[in-house]
Amino acid sequence: MALTVEEVRHIARLARLQLTTEEERLYTEQLSDILDYASRLGEVDTSDIPPTASVLQLHAPLRPDVVRPCTPRDRILRNAPSDQEGMFRVPPILDT
Amino acid sequence: MTDLTALSLIEAATALRTGDLSSTELTKACLDRIHALDSRIHAFLALTPDLALKQSEAADQRLAQWRREGGDPLPLTVGIPIAVKDVLCLEDIPTTCGSRILEGFLPPYTATSVERLIRAGAVVLGKTNTDEFAMGSSTENSAFGPTHNPWDLSRVPGGSSGGSAAAVASHMCYAALGTDTGGSVRQPASFCNATGIKTSYGRVSRYGLIAYGSSLDTVGALARSSADLLPIFTAIAGHDPLDSTAMTDPVPKIILDDTDLRGLRIGVPREYFIEGMQPEVEAAIKEAVRVFESLGAKTRDISLPHTDLALPVYYIIAPAEASANLARYDAVRYGPRLESIKLSEQYFTTRGALFGQEVKRRIMLGTYALSSGYYDAYYGQAQKVRTLIKGDFQAAFEEVDLIACPVAPTTAFRIGEHGDDPLSMYLEDVFTLPANLAGVPGIAFPVGFDSNRLPIGMQLNAPHLGEEALFGAAHAYQGITSWHKEHPLL
Repeated sequence: MALTVEEVRHIARLARLQLTTEEERLYTEQLSDILDYASRLGEVDTSDIPPTASVLQLHAPLRPDVVRPCTPRDRILRNAPSDQEGMFRVPPILDT
Repeated sequence: MTDLTALSLIEAATALRTGDLSSTELTKACLDRIHALDSRIHAFLALTPDLALKQSEAADQRLAQWRREGGDPLPLTVGIPIAVKDVLCLEDIPTTCGSRILEGFLPPYTATSVERLIRAGAVVLGKTNTDEFAMGSSTENSAFGPTHNPWDLSRVPGGSSGGSAAAVASHMCYAALGTDTGGSVRQPASFCNATGIKTSYGRVSRYGLIAYGSSLDTVGALARSSADLLPIFTAIAGHDPLDSTAMTDPVPKIILDDTDLRGLRIGVPREYFIEGMQPEVEAAIKEAVRVFESLGAKTRDISLPHTDLALPVYYIIAPAEASANLARYDAVRYGPRLESIKLSEQYFTTRGALFGQEVKRRIMLGTYALSSGYYDAYYGQAQKVRTLIKGDFQAAFEEVDLIACPVAPTTAFRIGEHGDDPLSMYLEDVFTLPANLAGVPGIAFPVGFDSNRLPIGMQLNAPHLGEEALFGAAHAYQGITSWHKEHPLL
């Protein structure tokens, strides 16, 4: 399963990762090797096998719905690289 | 006076009860040892001496009151200095996951596992080094530099809980918390001559554990013996309303006295003895199996037929989950930011610059496996094959009580040995991944040394929630062997 550099650039766009030219070359090679190794999964007959998303029989434990204090805003905002008037500050989202 | 850091956790706890030693003395001895050795080993990313001394004073008061007034037995962890892997949040203490993208992050809360240990009186010395976001098998992927194996400083301590393993092995602490998503407690325990428990999925709360692969992540611990490890497990196990996957099943009270192994059925899976395995590792495992026979266990050859598929399944599922979990690093809520004129650019530049090579590789791999057109062939198929691997364990545990196998195909390798070949590094995890995919617990413990005097570890696996049998069997083995008492000369 050989990936092309174009495919690697497409995946990097989906993953919001800026890669250097060298990283694009390296990942094209390495991801191809890993996917080639993983391709043996395709040889297994799983037609009657259900998927496992979790090993637990998940159920939602319930608790009383009562109002409790939450983490104060300033303790959350102190980790933000930029904030203003009690909010996260970010660069423009839309072109102006 | 003898070196206090050479005591076992149980010996230290006993001396604290009689009043022969204080927690403050133990804590100072550990901090002194860290200052003397850690420039060579680099087990710690951050030390918390002020917090530790405050906690040790509180523990000394608690012990004094207990001696004076009696009452319920205190947890064995009271006053015991421990270390915490830097993927677990500790309120107001820098928590980095070994990544530049979390540099400067101060958690607003403490992970449940850490909180429970602190409530049980443990003293936190600091945060230990890890492969970035626990992705790796050597601790070389830490953005802050590798940890060195105390048995040979030119070698890796294993990973990703390599800092915790090196700290335990070099007697900088009496026990340490680690996490195990694909072998990250068991393999470093094996490489450093420690005893490590990978808990059943759902046995310990993941609240405050910074997520890597959420269906695989487990919190575990490392110490110098099964007996030393048990009080840590006892403190951290059990349901937590803050983690809906932390099971409500009661945690058994485990007592380790004269564990009788007569009649215990131990299966040895033939698929775990593979070509390319270090012959000394194979020989040490087979010898350890004979020791279990001498203790009265009945051993037999078994098959886990889908073992060779665990590696490709893991390296699809874990990166897929990681690619979703690590989408949260957007340079908006925490971590440093590379300034950009548009938000969309800021995601690309910050993530591209501040994630390390292995993390980016796994995000890319997971994004691909989940992407339109490839989902069924990779992620969907991997989830189905995971069912087969889980089924192998269920079938085996119809016939045997425990499974015995090697932890890793080799002893500790040299720093830099796997260079730019990620697939060869992934192969190091071949014997530890299946337990994570099946959700079953495992314990790793020392069973010998190779000709370079590097430790060799054995792994026992039990059915889901079967930790009691693991502690018991490892304890019985350690009762008639002394490999776990060997320690590196530093």
